[in-house]
Amino acid sequence: MMLSKNLCLALAALLCVVLFTPPTAAAKNLKVVTTLTDLTSLTQEVGGDKVDVEALAKGYQDPHFVDPKPSFLLKLRHADLLILVGLDLEIGWLPPLITQSGNGNIQPAASGYLDASQFAEILEIPQGAVSRAEGDVHPLGNPHYWLDPDNGRRIAKGIATKLSEMDPTDRAYFQQREQDFEKRLAEAEKKWQVQMAPYRGRKIVTYHRSWPNFAKHFGLDVIGYIEPRPGIPPTPSHTFELTNMMKREHVKIIMVEPYFDRKTPDSIARETGGVVVEYMPSVGGVKEITNYFQLFDYDIGLLTKAFQATQ
Amino acid sequence: MNTLHNHVLLWLDRPLVTQNLVGGEDGIDDAGASFEHIIPAPRNWFLDFTGQAFRGDSADVYTSSNKNDLSVVGHVRAYRDLTDNSNLDLGVSYSRGHNLFGTDFITNLYGIDATYHWKPLQRSIYKSFIARSEIIWRQQNQPSLAACQTIACPVDTAAGFQRAFGFYASGDYQFARRWIAGARVDRSDRAFNAHLNDQGGSFILTYWPSEFAQIRGQYRFTRYADKFDANEAFIQLQFALGAHGAHPF
Repeated sequence: MMLSKNLCLALAALLCVVLFTPPTAAAKNLKVVTTLTDLTSLTQEVGGDKVDVEALAKGYQDPHFVDPKPSFLLKLRHADLLILVGLDLEIGWLPPLITQSGNGNIQPAASGYLDASQFAEILEIPQGAVSRAEGDVHPLGNPHYWLDPDNGRRIAKGIATKLSEMDPTDRAYFQQREQDFEKRLAEAEKKWQVQMAPYRGRKIVTYHRSWPNFAKHFGLDVIGYIEPRPGIPPTPSHTFELTNMMKREHVKIIMVEPYFDRKTPDSIARETGGVVVEYMPSVGGVKEITNYFQLFDYDIGLLTKAFQATQ
Repeated sequence: MNTLHNHVLLWLDRPLVTQNLVGGEDGIDDAGASFEHIIPAPRNWFLDFTGQAFRGDSADVYTSSNKNDLSVVGHVRAYRDLTDNSNLDLGVSYSRGHNLFGTDFITNLYGIDATYHWKPLQRSIYKSFIARSEIIWRQQNQPSLAACQTIACPVDTAAGFQRAFGFYASGDYQFARRWIAGARVDRSDRAFNAHLNDQGGSFILTYWPSEFAQIRGQYRFTRYADKFDANEAFIQLQFALGAHGAHPF
């Protein structure tokens, strides 16, 4: 009886040790979790081998609709820094994860919570009252801002500053990497501008309002959307109106995110003699896009081919 | 440990086993304290323990006849991503409290649950599948039927120790952006007389005209232990007004 009692006590003590022992010695690198892969890529550019960074959502996934899976909690609970897109893009899934993580570092307003939108130029900020009748409008502005290299540069700078605050001993390393990133981005931008120059002012249609920053940067004119209102699936009447407008305006390019159904865009393309371009809105959308530079290389490559094919 | 509001459940009703053995919609709804801890686990398993202690008075399940009649609930959840598109969620639960017959009469609840989710990430707004099952045992001491002359016993109460068992299994398939169809089988003994057994099945079809509205139709067949059958049809229309925070997974 005594032996069994001692055994129970020993097992209880063991259970307590397992339950309450903190993870083994903190790793040297800063642990960074980002909501999207684009922020992962920018963080990797700046943080190099001084950070361990991973994303929650996949590059081919609709960032508005991500399941807040418990496996994400495993990533978040030991994160030093959480970087998010903000502007309510992740409002449908990130808040319960942050709360459930039990990680004080990454709670809103804590030092390890970084909303990248504060560094970016934000477009389509609604004026006046915002109503749900207008669809999934983001009251703080369009959150797809990373598709502008200028914003990529600003975000990288903001991340470098944050990493430097959190790890002052590596400040020079982060700043040097950020400057190097800026240099390489400037070089790449020259190339992208040359590629896109012949198509400045061209009119296009997109499925969702994911494209304003890209369009502004490269001088494209988005004249319509497959969605009648943001987040609302296409309706027959809107599709009919859009098709007529595209014919009238001689618009031949329809940009579609990889997570939307192609049925309506393909049908409009058949009617108008246009082409559907399934572009990638994020790093990792396809295997060959492994960083921020390749994201623009890929999308600009697709777009220029499509413009050439429809000239 | 139910963290979901009724409006996001996949069904209009609760399964028979929930109605018969764990207090239906209200369940163990009581004042108390809760403790939750994520347990480090290997191989990317998410392991979570929740322990709760209550005042012991959740009308449908436990009754506190004096201030020491507390009830407790323990739950261990094990979750793992099988692939990027699928995951498995397993749970084991235990609960103990005093039943309506008084301080000397204990009810024990044991439960196992399993949920399989499939959702292709690139088409997550169009397709998904959820298979779910819960198995529950309820064991309780009950006095002789003579006690029912002084206590308001439920209908069909039997004397002595009762071992009731029940389960449900359901599958729900989202086949288009706005449509989801599901089927469920139900079976459950009665808590106060485990020899009585109810069983049935349901079909459901849900349509979302928009993010703010939901129309559901459910057909339910139930063969009650009292030897009568029920064929029921339900239609539900839901409107959402105003903002609502995100639900946990």
